[in-house]
Amino acid sequence: MNDFWKLLKSAPFAAKLGVFIILINVFAAIFAPVIAPYAETDVIGDMWDGGFWDENAPQHSPVSLLGTDHIGRDLFTRLIYGARNTIGIAFVTTLLSFGVGITAGFIAATLRGWVDQVLSRTVDVFMAIPTLIFALMILSVMGTSIPVLIVVIAILDATRVYRISRAVAMDIEVMEYVEVAKLRGEGLWWIIRHEILPNALAPLVAEFGLRFCFVFLFIAALSFLGLGLQPPTADWGSMVRENASGISYGIIVPLIPAAAIALLTVGVNLVVDWFLHKASGIREIK
Amino acid sequence: MSRLLTIKDLKIEGYQEEKWNGIVHGVSLTLERGEVIGLIGESGAGKSTIGIASMGYARPGCRITGGSIEFDGMDLAQASDEELRKLRGVRIAYVAQSAAASFNPAHTLLQQFAETPVKHGVMTFAEAEVKAIELYRSLDLPNPESIGSRYPHQVSGGQLQRAMVAMAMSCDPDLIIFDEPTTALDVTTQIEVLSSIKNAIKQHNTAAIYITHDLAVVAQISDRIMVLRYGNEVETGLVGQIVQDPKEDYTRELLSVRNVRHDTMEHSDSDSTILEVKNISASYGNGVRVLNNVSTKVTKGMTVAVVGESGSGKSTMARVITGLLPPEEGEILFHGQPLSPSFKDRSLDLLQRIQMIYQMPDVALNPRQKVKDVIGRSVEFYTGLKGEYKKARVLELIEKIELSDSYLDRFPSELSGGEKQRVCIARALAAEPELIICDEVTSALDQLVAKEILTLLQDLQNELGMSYLFITHDLATVKAISDDIVVMYGGEVVEQGSKTEILTPPHHDYTDLLLSSVPEMDPNWLDGVLQHRLDLEARGVIIHT
Repeated sequence: MNDFWKLLKSAPFAAKLGVFIILINVFAAIFAPVIAPYAETDVIGDMWDGGFWDENAPQHSPVSLLGTDHIGRDLFTRLIYGARNTIGIAFVTTLLSFGVGITAGFIAATLRGWVDQVLSRTVDVFMAIPTLIFALMILSVMGTSIPVLIVVIAILDATRVYRISRAVAMDIEVMEYVEVAKLRGEGLWWIIRHEILPNALAPLVAEFGLRFCFVFLFIAALSFLGLGLQPPTADWGSMVRENASGISYGIIVPLIPAAAIALLTVGVNLVVDWFLHKASGIREIK
Repeated sequence: MSRLLTIKDLKIEGYQEEKWNGIVHGVSLTLERGEVIGLIGESGAGKSTIGIASMGYARPGCRITGGSIEFDGMDLAQASDEELRKLRGVRIAYVAQSAAASFNPAHTLLQQFAETPVKHGVMTFAEAEVKAIELYRSLDLPNPESIGSRYPHQVSGGQLQRAMVAMAMSCDPDLIIFDEPTTALDVTTQIEVLSSIKNAIKQHNTAAIYITHDLAVVAQISDRIMVLRYGNEVETGLVGQIVQDPKEDYTRELLSVRNVRHDTMEHSDSDSTILEVKNISASYGNGVRVLNNVSTKVTKGMTVAVVGESGSGKSTMARVITGLLPPEEGEILFHGQPLSPSFKDRSLDLLQRIQMIYQMPDVALNPRQKVKDVIGRSVEFYTGLKGEYKKARVLELIEKIELSDSYLDRFPSELSGGEKQRVCIARALAAEPELIICDEVTSALDQLVAKEILTLLQDLQNELGMSYLFITHDLATVKAISDDIVVMYGGEVVEQGSKTEILTPPHHDYTDLLLSSVPEMDPNWLDGVLQHRLDLEARGVIIHT
């Protein structure tokens, strides 16, 4: 923990900002029921009502900071619960896709030969189909329950993770210390776990951040199309879609969840950039 | 005419581990026009840093903090970037160690040659071409008229290195900095490049700073030598004085490196062959034979040295024996029993008895494993020792390789090159092997460190009685450590026999060439050996490319 603080202290301002943004989002996600002034689905007023920018807004008690959405629910509350649902699902999905992708990628890189061929060609087939269309197809057949959503996105995303982890592992696999381990007679798992994984960690952690963003945006996109999280569950993507028509009347409500998506994406990327920079070993001269 | 280069009290710092550390602590140096000075020292002595600083440049992460660099009346430490730009390439040029890494693979040699003179407006492309041909000729490059149209990968390493020297000389500079230009080359190629450089700079009366870690090489080419250590000057003097009458102990130590002899070896009485390689042929799957009908033997407790230049197939032989590259023909016998061609089919017991140590300890050690885990895994894997027993064994091994227990918790990045190689040795020892294959184990190390490693290996052999198959291109190493010698050339065994048989004249012609190519401390050695070479060439021994 001490090391973590030291590391954070030495980070550039942009990275600190990124960490700050992520922490706020995580905090909101974890403590949603405590922070949110209302319950997730409470209707507290008229549609698109109030907000701090509206001087003639009717006074709610307690005051609604961001006004209400298209059916009169408190937008601030929905935003906080949305963080919980969207980030939670994106996180689990990314973890799953990395678990699958890294394992397959490392096995392919270490064993080579037909194992590599079979895995790589299968992945090629998956990657040949546009992800969004593929996901829409499966989700409309399988239904849009949360577990299905997670598994489908995770598997689609694992193909990308497979590619990068295979490439990284290939570079490490030709190192002589791996050869030493092979000549010693070590098994596949030991080589993957002890020789390859520790050395592949830096680029993969950075990739994790990026992938998390993509998954997160992907869920938002699916929700926007109506195949993501189903109402009344709050989630940022569906909130943009539900309130989208308001934009025609000069109502900024749909932009608020969109801004939340953008902010978190930027925050994660700031941290990822810093990680990549550190991982690439470029020394900064002050 | 004024003096060409005067460096006074130069101080340079480098940024590492979050702070600035001194690399060069006040070194002074002078150079007359047309004079060649050799900078010599181990890695970390600051010789490259000084060399580059004489162009007024410091590598990223370094800064010049003190002193002056006066080039022909101009202080480079204070000069603006624009002034320096006009100077570099035209009046001061630089030749790097690795030509392969310095050339752009996407342009021909001539295009890259012409870039500097044309950019600086010194000559037109057509003029540059004429100049290039002239320089290629004076550097003894084959087909000087047409070689410029080749791409870097189409010429050999030695030729590429000379092409880079030509590039440096394109604008007739007053000063050229040679940064270990022959270190990456074979001994036989090194001579060619060395003599070309010597002739070319003499012809053009160019001053040069010649940086190397090999005293014998620098003795051939320089007028004066400066010995450096840890960023300080040890001593400076004329070549003859440094070689024959060094004042400092360190210089004497450097001089004695080449004269290592180990006569302490106790030959085991039993004459049992442990490994026999019979008529092995192998290739890397592209149809080109890398090994052709190679046979040799390793006797218990003995060291067999395999020598040859790069491309002779000596490392391939190691890969065949370890089972990394199954041979196409022939067989390997271990204690009279045939070994499976691939290591995957060999039993753990067999894997344990043949261990390997690599050339580059940097890539042979997992950067994320501590020393105790590197050695400990090998101990645990082969002997099954766990907990306290394993710890005790690791400690015992650490002492065998002459390190202390404070090294156990270090990562490889916290070790020096020599220490890393020691850890690799300990890892091999942990298996209690009968045969260790040493693949160029000392070539990535400084000479003094290499000597220590050789001594350690020798002591360990005397104590534990295992055999070595010692692959190297360095004949000094061979002389120091071997009992038997196998000379390889072009994938075939040219000559093999006991050390005395091979090293006592009359030699086989190729062995003769190799032996005569090892630089000696005598400043007149180069001229003599070139004459010798011409004789050999006339007799058709060397196939010239």
